[in-house]
Amino acid sequence: MAQTAVVTKSGAAFTLPRVRTIFITWLGVIPFFAFAFLFLLLPSSSLFIESFQDTQGNFTLANIVGLFDEPIRSGYIASIEISAFTALVGGIFGFLLAYAVTLGGLPKWVRSSYVTFSGVASNFAGVPLAFAFVAVLGRTGAITALFKNVGINLYDIGFNLYDFWGLSLVYLFFQFPLMLLIMIPSLEGLKPEWREAAANLGATQFEYWRRVAFPILLPSLLGTMILLFGNAFGAYATAFALTGGRLNLVTIQIGAQIRGDVLHNPNLGFAMALGMVFIMFVCIIGYTLLQRQTERWLR
Amino acid sequence: MNARAARNVSWFSWIVIVIGAIYFLAPLVGTFAYSLTALRDQLSFAAYQRAFADPKFVESFVYSNLLAVATIIASVLLIVPTTYWVHLYLPKLRPVVEAISLLPFVIPAITLVFGYIRVYSRPVDVLGIDLIPPLLSTSASTNIVLVAGYTVLSMPYMYRAVDNGLRAIDVRRLTEAAQSLGAGWGTILFRVILPNLRTALLSGALLTFAIVVGELTLATFLGIPAFGPYLQQLGQHKAYEPSALTIVSFLLTWVAMVLISFVTRGDTRSAAGTH
Amino acid sequence: MAFVELHQVQKNFATATAVENFNLDVERGEFVSFLGPSGCGKTTTLRMIAGFEVPSSGTIRLNGADVTNLPPNKRNVGMVFQSYALFPNMTVAENIAFGMTVARKPKEEITKRVDEMLRLIHLPQLGNRYPYQLSGGQQQRVALARALAIQPQVLLLDEPLSALDAKIRVSLRQEIRAIQRTLGITTIYVTHDQEEAMSLSDRIVVMSNGRMEQVGTPFEIYNFPKTQFVASFVGTLNQLQARVSDAASGKLDVEGQTIYAAKPFEKMTGETVAIALRPEMIDLDGSGESEENHLQGTVEDTTFLGSIVRTRVRLRDSIISFDTFNNPNLTLPRASEKITMSFPRDAVLILEQNAAPVQA
Ligand SMILES: Nc1ncnc2c1ncn2[C@@H]1O[C@H](COP(=O)(O)OP(=O)(O)OP(=O)(O)O)[C@@H](O)[C@H]1O
Ligand SMILES: [Mg+2]
Repeated sequence: MAQTAVVTKSGAAFTLPRVRTIFITWLGVIPFFAFAFLFLLLPSSSLFIESFQDTQGNFTLANIVGLFDEPIRSGYIASIEISAFTALVGGIFGFLLAYAVTLGGLPKWVRSSYVTFSGVASNFAGVPLAFAFVAVLGRTGAITALFKNVGINLYDIGFNLYDFWGLSLVYLFFQFPLMLLIMIPSLEGLKPEWREAAANLGATQFEYWRRVAFPILLPSLLGTMILLFGNAFGAYATAFALTGGRLNLVTIQIGAQIRGDVLHNPNLGFAMALGMVFIMFVCIIGYTLLQRQTERWLR
Repeated sequence: MNARAARNVSWFSWIVIVIGAIYFLAPLVGTFAYSLTALRDQLSFAAYQRAFADPKFVESFVYSNLLAVATIIASVLLIVPTTYWVHLYLPKLRPVVEAISLLPFVIPAITLVFGYIRVYSRPVDVLGIDLIPPLLSTSASTNIVLVAGYTVLSMPYMYRAVDNGLRAIDVRRLTEAAQSLGAGWGTILFRVILPNLRTALLSGALLTFAIVVGELTLATFLGIPAFGPYLQQLGQHKAYEPSALTIVSFLLTWVAMVLISFVTRGDTRSAAGTH
Repeated sequence: MAFVELHQVQKNFATATAVENFNLDVERGEFVSFLGPSGCGKTTTLRMIAGFEVPSSGTIRLNGADVTNLPPNKRNVGMVFQSYALFPNMTVAENIAFGMTVARKPKEEITKRVDEMLRLIHLPQLGNRYPYQLSGGQQQRVALARALAIQPQVLLLDEPLSALDAKIRVSLRQEIRAIQRTLGITTIYVTHDQEEAMSLSDRIVVMSNGRMEQVGTPFEIYNFPKTQFVASFVGTLNQLQARVSDAASGKLDVEGQTIYAAKPFEKMTGETVAIALRPEMIDLDGSGESEENHLQGTVEDTTFLGSIVRTRVRLRDSIISFDTFNNPNLTLPRASEKITMSFPRDAVLILEQNAAPVQA
């Protein structure tokens, strides 16, 4: 009781009368909420509402059901496949890279150059990234030409930069670095005492990794791979710049729908966008839950 | 770990590192080499000269830089006071603000712009009154939507940077100390809070810059002649100039990231970008 | 033949020599503490026994076998770390079982042993908890059980209590000692807390700057410190410089006053020696038995420490402190009062000179 009084007293010099305080307090966050409403919530909720309406504005689930028809269905499948594939490969190799630069016993400069480079590469996406790969692995690219000189035509033996595998190769350019950047702190969070305690108890290096280090890293490994999945799933610019819209990804389909109602049903287009948001949302939830697990352990 | 095991590990690591380096450097080195071969039978910077000489390049590039500056300003003005205010007076609201700030992670740029086009092609009406005119009907107000969109994209990074920055200092104590010395709000914000957020703001701003210059999706669909759409167009009918500009974009991103790692002293997560 | 033998062990790091000329024999079932200030090489020595560091020279034997170059997972040595180092992804029971799981012991045996261990550390209910759900003291007890579960030849503990608060520290150290007695396991315990070392150990190795200063029972270390370093590190001894007046009769001159040591010593008359006086053996105003020594001085101040009262007295240059048991009728000397202190001859310890100067 006495303590409250003291606090109020010392606070009185810069605390306004109560009613005005509440009003002004909330006034301070109005710009942010207004902005968020106009440019985040309003657009997304309008997508949401339209997804459940027919062209006359009546409620319907037909658009959601329509997501499972062609060509939308295969667009989702292609997007999910490429995202899952690049998340898996990017996750595994990105993890190996992170391992190599942190615990691999390499000189310090390797770590710092990789970290800086990864910062660049994880932000270097879209048009320039696609162009860089076209310049080296396109039909007339530098590496393609090198192979031609030794008598191998990459495009004759099944390689194609503009298909699923080619685009995956390009996506990995920002997937590896993202994985690396997020996993480095996790790897550095492995306490040397854990390895020593395991060794003491008779575990080999392999058993330490199998039973201790890997299980500890697993939630953040999976969580980060989910993040990579979402990262690839939402990508439009890179795919568009590389394939010019020939690849049948959801983002490319939505782009076409925006340009000119190719689905002949605007509301179906909104439902497609909503489906994307839904999948991204599931990803973020998964990521958050897994992250929380790690944090709990390491508290 | 005994010496032999350590040697095995470092061999394995070297292999991984070298494979990674080849994968990462090949496209860049290849593109750079390609960009130098614009003239027959000799290496030259002709592609760069030609690219820079194009008035459309200059226009779009300057335009994108202006957009980046506008976005950074908007983002700072929006995030800093709000985050500060929430730390100081509405800590209960923090999870809400945080959730909103992270929402752009869930909404890919393509769906965001889809929503903008849907909402702002016509007037926004509330109870039959046109509250907001159709923003996308004039190019001036389209820019507002674009900058707002970029601000949304940069929000997760900006918020995280500022929130971490504010958490590192005791905002309440600092503010009270300043107030007890008779400082007004402006003084507190500009003399006390902002200097303590310098690192956070710098890295947030640089990341925003890296995202905005060269951004394609929003700019294309809103029909803004920014650098991203220009570069994409250029790629349709030119060979060497796009390579040259690719190298330039890479260097710009690289400079931004080096500056970030310089100001944050190598916190790896602060530079991680998602798309 | 001793159970753990360290022979001429030396460890050089790139920048410094952490341990040198280390010789120690630990008997089976013995509890030995390494005591010394920060950076004196305690952990390094312990890690060499565990196998995490390879000695630059010298040999380490466990139960007769040379283990100097054996990797840690082949040594069957249990270790308890200051930071607990429990595996956060495993329950308490899985942590305790880890060593046996790795050794592919049968399930029933593991379960039985885990239960046994949980009872030993008085946490029988907590087998299914995760480390983050335990207090620091509980975590450290689990770490102890985990180390003991593999029935190691030697148990090593590196400052296991220093992350805990004072109360738990005392109760847990008694528990450690009790468990060690029950199991009869050979134990080496690292600490920089002399009280801990005194109360736990059969023998103490006092270390400084990578060298052994003195090895002995707590009684020996406390009552007969050999060097100035040991005297200052263990307890609160009064250290003084004295001039030898007559070595044969043990007569010394302390800042103009004369005192006697119990035994003659091998020093030349006129030489300066370091001596130590125990605070608890000094009395206020001895009534003057001829055997006793006397020193006169001026009271600086008195400090009330609960059951005892500590008085600090200035001679000419040095200050001596001594303790009196508290009682309600006690009349404390006042500051700047002139008093006479008395103490028996065997309260005077002659110390070896240190190579390096020591801060008390
Ligand atoms: N890996 C290492 N590389 C270089 N020097 C080391 C290494 N490990 C320890 N040292 C040095 O060896 C000396 C002894 O270290 P050690 O850890 O054994 O001290 P300690 O007695 O355990 O101290 P504390 O009480 O602080 O734990 C110190 O000077 C330390 O700096
Ligand atoms: Mg130590």
